[in-house]
Amino acid sequence: MAKGVWIVAEVRDGAYRKVSFEIASAARKLADELGEEVCAVLCGSGVEAKAAELGKYGVDKVYVADNAALEPYTTDAHAAAVAKIVKEKQPAILLMGASVQGKDLSARLVGKLATGLATDCTALKIEGGKLVAVRPLYAGKCFGEVAFETSPAMATLRPNVFPIVENAKAGAAEKFDPALDAAQLKTKVAEIAKDTSGKIELTEANVIVSGGRGMKGPENFPLLEELAKVLGAAVGASRAAVDAGWRPSTDQVGQTGKTVSPNLYIACGISGAIQHLAGMSSSKFIVAVNKDPEAPIFQRADYGIIDDLFKVVPEMTAAAKKLMA
Amino acid sequence: MNIIACVKQVPDTETLIKVKPDGSGIVEDGIKWVMNPYDEFGVEEALKLKEKLGGDVTIVSVGPARAMETIRTALAMGAEKGIHIDDPSLNGADAYTTASALAAAIKGLPCDIIFCGQRAIDGDAGQVGSVLADMLGLPSVTLVTKLEIAGTAVKAQKAIEGATVTIETSLPCVITAQKGLNEPRYASLPGIMKAKKKPVDVKNAAAIGVTATVKAKVAKTVPPPARPPGKILQGDDPALKAQELMKLLREEAKVI
Ligand SMILES: Cc1cc2nc3c(=O)[nH]c(=O)nc-3n(C[C@H](O)[C@H](O)[C@H](O)COP(=O)(O)OP(=O)(O)OC[C@H]3O[C@@H](n4cnc5c(N)ncnc54)[C@H](O)[C@@H]3O)c2cc1C
Ligand SMILES: Nc1ncnc2c1ncn2[C@@H]1O[C@H](COP(=O)(O)O)[C@@H](O)[C@H]1O
Repeated sequence: MAKGVWIVAEVRDGAYRKVSFEIASAARKLADELGEEVCAVLCGSGVEAKAAELGKYGVDKVYVADNAALEPYTTDAHAAAVAKIVKEKQPAILLMGASVQGKDLSARLVGKLATGLATDCTALKIEGGKLVAVRPLYAGKCFGEVAFETSPAMATLRPNVFPIVENAKAGAAEKFDPALDAAQLKTKVAEIAKDTSGKIELTEANVIVSGGRGMKGPENFPLLEELAKVLGAAVGASRAAVDAGWRPSTDQVGQTGKTVSPNLYIACGISGAIQHLAGMSSSKFIVAVNKDPEAPIFQRADYGIIDDLFKVVPEMTAAAKKLMA
Repeated sequence: MNIIACVKQVPDTETLIKVKPDGSGIVEDGIKWVMNPYDEFGVEEALKLKEKLGGDVTIVSVGPARAMETIRTALAMGAEKGIHIDDPSLNGADAYTTASALAAAIKGLPCDIIFCGQRAIDGDAGQVGSVLADMLGLPSVTLVTKLEIAGTAVKAQKAIEGATVTIETSLPCVITAQKGLNEPRYASLPGIMKAKKKPVDVKNAAAIGVTATVKAKVAKTVPPPARPPGKILQGDDPALKAQELMKLLREEAKVI
């Protein structure tokens, strides 16, 4: 019978992405409940020495595929490597981060392993010895509890939702041969253009300051950027601001943009259309700054300021600066 | 070019989702059904490619009778023909079964490139394009925001956290469309008229040789947790309200 809780760790530029520790911690919790082991799959080039670091977050054993073709990430190479070891060892549960890479990889594994996957989960539990994954549907307009009929039961976990818990285990590395067949590797990374602006990724941010049509134009977004800088926040936007060309489409929050769940979401000059709310209503705390008291965003906000954002936001920045100093 | 675009019919984004009291799913009465917004990007890219390189665009959709409207919408945008897989056993199917049905419908058709949306905004799974590619043994590039094709060489751009990646592959392949790829066109009135006469092949699961299986299922649907009513900060002085807010965020919410 399939046994063990597994994760696929994500490494970029020689360092783990934070979500790897989140899924390791979540996996440990499930494994303790089941009385099973946590194993990780680590794919990359020159990564063997990094295995032990996963032990800190409760990983007992790390299966390492060290191969030049695994760096940088490509769908073909990583899916082939993970599928190989998973087929051999047959874990019951396989967790990945709901990062761009984790989503790409996990979906491809649904085909390779002929099993089920719950995307972007916000909670996990064990019922009758089996995984049940809780995930938003319709961008959070409701939630679904996903049950699995095949193994491994696969889930990707939304970044920033599952706490990182230290729990020292061996993290013992065991190498495996991913047996990559060059003819099967049909995708190649030609270029990675890094965003050097130091921008924080919306889906991973603890705090988000978002602007909408009420910002009046792209020239006013520095107001939000200043506040964001003080709070260590990412800057998001409504679709109105994106469609007007004020912000890049990667900044859009909402049903057809990013679904985010920061601890704090500050909406400035955003009315709170249903499509926008869908993408951010699972934020822990929501602040709305809007001059229209009837704006629907106030029905979701924990704290609201009914006023001109051009007067309020600079004062928020000043107050935050004082507080953070 | 033989181009295929997969489209799913989903509830309009304006829809207020109501959960059935027994948690067995959502209430479908009164829902306005539309083409999944990300599939519009896929169809648009398919049409642009056809206009540039020649060929035709086939629309494939798995769904109940009403999904025909969505296929017609894509035909009205300019696609040539449609395949509608309609079978009660496939309603609400998971990604594996849906992709199996799409793969079975597509297998045997001449096909240089397949477009899917990056995710369908109902279940938000973001799986079917990749699973389909895997079943057909094709490479896939997900979340594509820019696509260039020269001969059989494919160059696709996508955003990852903190970077833009350019990926090279070759035809045939599966591309999943992300916002930014293009601006989907609207169906014109003559387009809508013409679409009515375009051929759509309707088939059931048996006709394509697919049996529905369950790998993962939504066993229970629940409404989102209720939020307590918020606090509106009173007063006329923006500075005082801003200070009070920051204090609350630190001391009450403890989030900064
Ligand atoms: C298929 C589809 C998908 C969509 N997907 C998304 C999505 O993913 N994300 C998204 O955001 N939207 C989405 N939308 C669009 C959505 O319906 C709204 O149109 C959009 O969210 C409105 O953006 P907004 O709140 O910035 O603009 P508006 O609704 O115009 O609101 C602007 C607000 O700013 C306030 N304001 C103006 N000036 C000031 C000032 N000086 N000080 C304070 N407040 C001020 C106004 O009172 C108003 O409430 C989608 C729509 C469709 C049809
Ligand atoms: N029932 C379906 N019929 C046709 N295409 C589908 C269907 N379900 C999903 N797809 C395609 O796969 C993409 C991703 O869907 P999903 O994995 O459900 O998020 C969609 O944008 C469609 O292009």
